[in-house]
Amino acid sequence: MQREIRVYDRSFVEWAMDKPEVIALSADLTGGCELRQFQQTFPDRFYSMGIAEQNMHSFAGGMASEGYIPFVHTFAVFIYRRSLDMINMSIAHPNAKVRLIGSVPGVTSPAGATHQAIDDIGVMRTVPNMTILECGDAVDVESMFSVMEEVDGPVYARILRGEIPRLFKMPMKLGESRILGEGKDIVLLSSGVCTEEAMRAVAALEKKGISVQHMHVTCMKPFNDMKIMEAITESKYGVVTMENHNVLGGLGSIVADKMAELGLGKKLYKIGIQDEYMHGGSKLYLMKRYGIDAMSVIGKIEQIVGEKLEITEQMLDDFHFELVDSETRALGV
Amino acid sequence: MSFSKEDMNPYKVANRIRKRVLALAIANRGGNISQACSSSEILATLYTRIMNITKLSEPLMPRKFAGAPSATNKDSFTGDNFNGIRGPAYDRFYLSPSQYSVVLYATLVEVGRMKPEGFELFGKDGSVVEHIGEAHSPGMDINGGSLGQAISQAAGISMARKLKGETGRQIVFLGDGELQLGMTWEAIQAMCFYKLDNMIVIVDQNGQQCDGKISDVMDTPPLEKRFEAFGARVYVVDGHNCEVMEAVANQKPDGRPMVIMARTNPCQGMAVIQEKAPRIHFIGMTDSDIPKYEECLAQL
Repeated sequence: MQREIRVYDRSFVEWAMDKPEVIALSADLTGGCELRQFQQTFPDRFYSMGIAEQNMHSFAGGMASEGYIPFVHTFAVFIYRRSLDMINMSIAHPNAKVRLIGSVPGVTSPAGATHQAIDDIGVMRTVPNMTILECGDAVDVESMFSVMEEVDGPVYARILRGEIPRLFKMPMKLGESRILGEGKDIVLLSSGVCTEEAMRAVAALEKKGISVQHMHVTCMKPFNDMKIMEAITESKYGVVTMENHNVLGGLGSIVADKMAELGLGKKLYKIGIQDEYMHGGSKLYLMKRYGIDAMSVIGKIEQIVGEKLEITEQMLDDFHFELVDSETRALGV
Repeated sequence: MSFSKEDMNPYKVANRIRKRVLALAIANRGGNISQACSSSEILATLYTRIMNITKLSEPLMPRKFAGAPSATNKDSFTGDNFNGIRGPAYDRFYLSPSQYSVVLYATLVEVGRMKPEGFELFGKDGSVVEHIGEAHSPGMDINGGSLGQAISQAAGISMARKLKGETGRQIVFLGDGELQLGMTWEAIQAMCFYKLDNMIVIVDQNGQQCDGKISDVMDTPPLEKRFEAFGARVYVVDGHNCEVMEAVANQKPDGRPMVIMARTNPCQGMAVIQEKAPRIHFIGMTDSDIPKYEECLAQL
């Protein structure tokens, strides 16, 4: 498994090279949000706003009204929790082309409950005009910029930083999920950092004869991918959602809304953070502790199909590789 | 309706603003009239002596609400056309405390920018002449009503216009109550850091907020020293003296955002509302109150 670092920074610089209207704002987390290369390459297009997210958001709204395309950077948790009204009234209501880039969502932050966005998708879904994207690998991060160009209005992007896997080949598409595997027994919808774990689980499940329709969801809002709904309709057991987010409000709830609207009489099983706060720790520790790792998917599917599949962690493909602590920390916690 | 030069004397405009706001409040059995008392000279001076904005060929009639902006709603609009056309040299006006909307609407009528019939739409369902105005309301361009946000948005606009080499200024009207918000100071900090001397913040320092006197609710002294400490160019003026406000605001920029602390009287011209003190944010009127307010109106 190929792993890379500073994908966001590199991709942003490349994409913004011929777009002088694109500017970046940072709330004192320039390293932590992978913006150093942008800052060095385009010093005149980089705005340090200090630890002042509320002003940063409304300031960005003002610049957008003059034709600039501001990319606002901080950790995902600080984008929406402490400045939601500014998102609503200075950015979303005027349908401003501001891109809110949320770094280290959920378990990807080692820094505890204060730094872990676990309800950002749920909250941002309720903001009119907002488009929500979530990245699961390096290709998602690279191609997200072009996807945003299609959006006439604000975008909230939940991104990955640090060392991230390269899982896919084709670029992200607005409103379309990625089909990673086809099957009729069960639909597995994963997003963000969970998809890598889901892929490990699916590979093991397939060997045990469980056929899984595995899809990676990148566009949380608007959510109109009918291929997903058709797959759920045709599935034997229903659908499992798997997300680095509270099970209330995120992917599971988004899918539930759509299923109810369409009247799909299928079961929905939600894997995610079970409506509780987490604490500080490594990504893999947190994924295991809060039940959003590969073995959690396998356990859930065993329950659903009603049989023990005799899969152990040692049997899973080894995708995991993390930089040593000092290297990760150098990016900023 | 056309106005003579004398009609555009800011003191006369201010007096007509008070009259128009009070008359509406009497008809509606209540209104934000203390805001008219304190800010009429400020708004009259801005529109007649300070802001470099284009004249309108005739007063405009507000349009009907056309839905909030979105990617698919091509009919939505803002109310900035009441302030003339846009151009690099022209100033922009941003009202932060939307509780002053009625005063702004009255000002637009009294300087020949809005038809008097437009003012009559105040608070009517389906109208954008709303009690708490927003970006689509006459004279407005951004959402100010959630306090603290207008100054930050105007700062972003000032930054953008500086980058584009435009010389027009951003004039932001603030209430003194919103100086309690942390966000206001985040904005002042950024305005000073980025040397946004194309901004003039004028604070209606009437000492009043919704719950009563600021000194009782959450006192905020010493404001001018705070602004100075942040690096702003601060002037303390009599907010009912139009000549002083004009002279201060029209100075050459010097690298610092300007803050004008306009000391005002929330009962100026309408002593009758003093009996409702200290809660005069919104003056409600009973039938028995009406003769007093009608007498006050007759004397204006």
